[in-house]
Amino acid sequence: MAESTEIRTGVVADPAGQEKEPLFGKKEKILITDPLLDNNPITIQVLGVCSALAVTSLVYPSLVMAVAVVFVCAFSSLFTSLMRNIIPKAVRLIVQLVIIATLVTLVNEALKVLAFPVYKQLSVYIGLIITNCIVMGRLEAFAMANKPWRSFLDGVGNGLGYGLILVAVGVVRELFGKGSLFAGSGIAMNIIGPSGDTTQYWINTAAESGIGSFFGWYANNNLMVLPAAAMFVIAVFIWIQRSYNTKLVDVS
Amino acid sequence: MGDFLNIFIKSAFIENMVLAYFLGMCSFLAVSKTLTTATGLGLAVIFVLGITMPINWVINEFILIPAELEFLRFILFIAVIASTVQLVEMVVEKFSPGLYAALGIFLPLITVNCAILGGSLFMVSREYNLTESIAFGLGGGFGWFLAIIALAAIRERIRYSNVPPALRGLGMAFLITGLMGIAFLSLTGIDPAVFAGWSGVAE
Repeated sequence: MAESTEIRTGVVADPAGQEKEPLFGKKEKILITDPLLDNNPITIQVLGVCSALAVTSLVYPSLVMAVAVVFVCAFSSLFTSLMRNIIPKAVRLIVQLVIIATLVTLVNEALKVLAFPVYKQLSVYIGLIITNCIVMGRLEAFAMANKPWRSFLDGVGNGLGYGLILVAVGVVRELFGKGSLFAGSGIAMNIIGPSGDTTQYWINTAAESGIGSFFGWYANNNLMVLPAAAMFVIAVFIWIQRSYNTKLVDVS
Repeated sequence: MGDFLNIFIKSAFIENMVLAYFLGMCSFLAVSKTLTTATGLGLAVIFVLGITMPINWVINEFILIPAELEFLRFILFIAVIASTVQLVEMVVEKFSPGLYAALGIFLPLITVNCAILGGSLFMVSREYNLTESIAFGLGGGFGWFLAIIALAAIRERIRYSNVPPALRGLGMAFLITGLMGIAFLSLTGIDPAVFAGWSGVAE
């Protein structure tokens, strides 16, 4: 009973109803959690796949990319939602793109100052956040029809859902392709491989004794370094996710 | 003419936008369910790439570089692309409502098709001239068109196969694209100068 009244007050648009609406209630929580799994931008909505393929060969750039996308996605949703009533329908794409392009330019300059090596690594793909379909897709599908605070949360949620897949793919590809994790960042970890003079691995496959001696057969999988590997990794994620949640299975 | 053919073939087959650079994936995966809609979107991409590339070249060459406003490149390029797409959207809505309904949200999303902006950025970084950028636009678009038709045809066939339920549709599309990408790796060894030499003889 309490739930039904809450839903009704959400629909009613009069100011009295708005006061009762909580700032961070059940519906707001769904906006954040839903895109993480059941409505994930990459595995379910198929948006923003391009950058997922190109930047995920290492974990650290994927993490930076994820943060950048959360920022752009959240704030472009907020600003578009604030302006949604004054944007003419015919030029909405251009207005949205200018908002996104401005935010991306900000991210671009900030990264150049804060983390220059990663900026060099990501260079083109930071620019291509402009054409990341998630941002645009959420503006078209959600922010143009909803209030600013809800749009902001929706942007954060979708950015996080995208980042989750990006980092997960990055972990798989870097671990099996290079034997390390977070290479290039302050907490670089060398997990598995033959230790040399310059690098020490936790599991030293060249060791004569200890754990490493059982892994003498191990070699890095060079397929994982190719962009095509990201396709296979994402396909496996989709496979696992849809096996657990059969509602998501494509019936067509 | 040799240059034109050279770049056309190179961008269509050897450096295919989708299968070698993985640009424009979103619409590539989502609109490749049937051959008809895939053909429509592919043609739209050729059209938009072929038009925006020379316009962006002119803007870059005669406005941005002389005025030293290169940092505005993203915004101006995307504005050109967005207005071209809106034009295409209006034309398609008027002349082919069926196609318009079938393409749905993906027509506006051509704007955010990375292949279009990526193509313009490649054009700048490779320092193409006007003819070359037209060839690159048409060739890149044609390569994208070929790839999406190939994927759509494979997906139409695979519908009759016994795929594990959880992989049906999207999962399978990812796997097929990955395999196609690896197959296209084998084309990287081809020297496009061969085609330039051949067209030179033909002339």
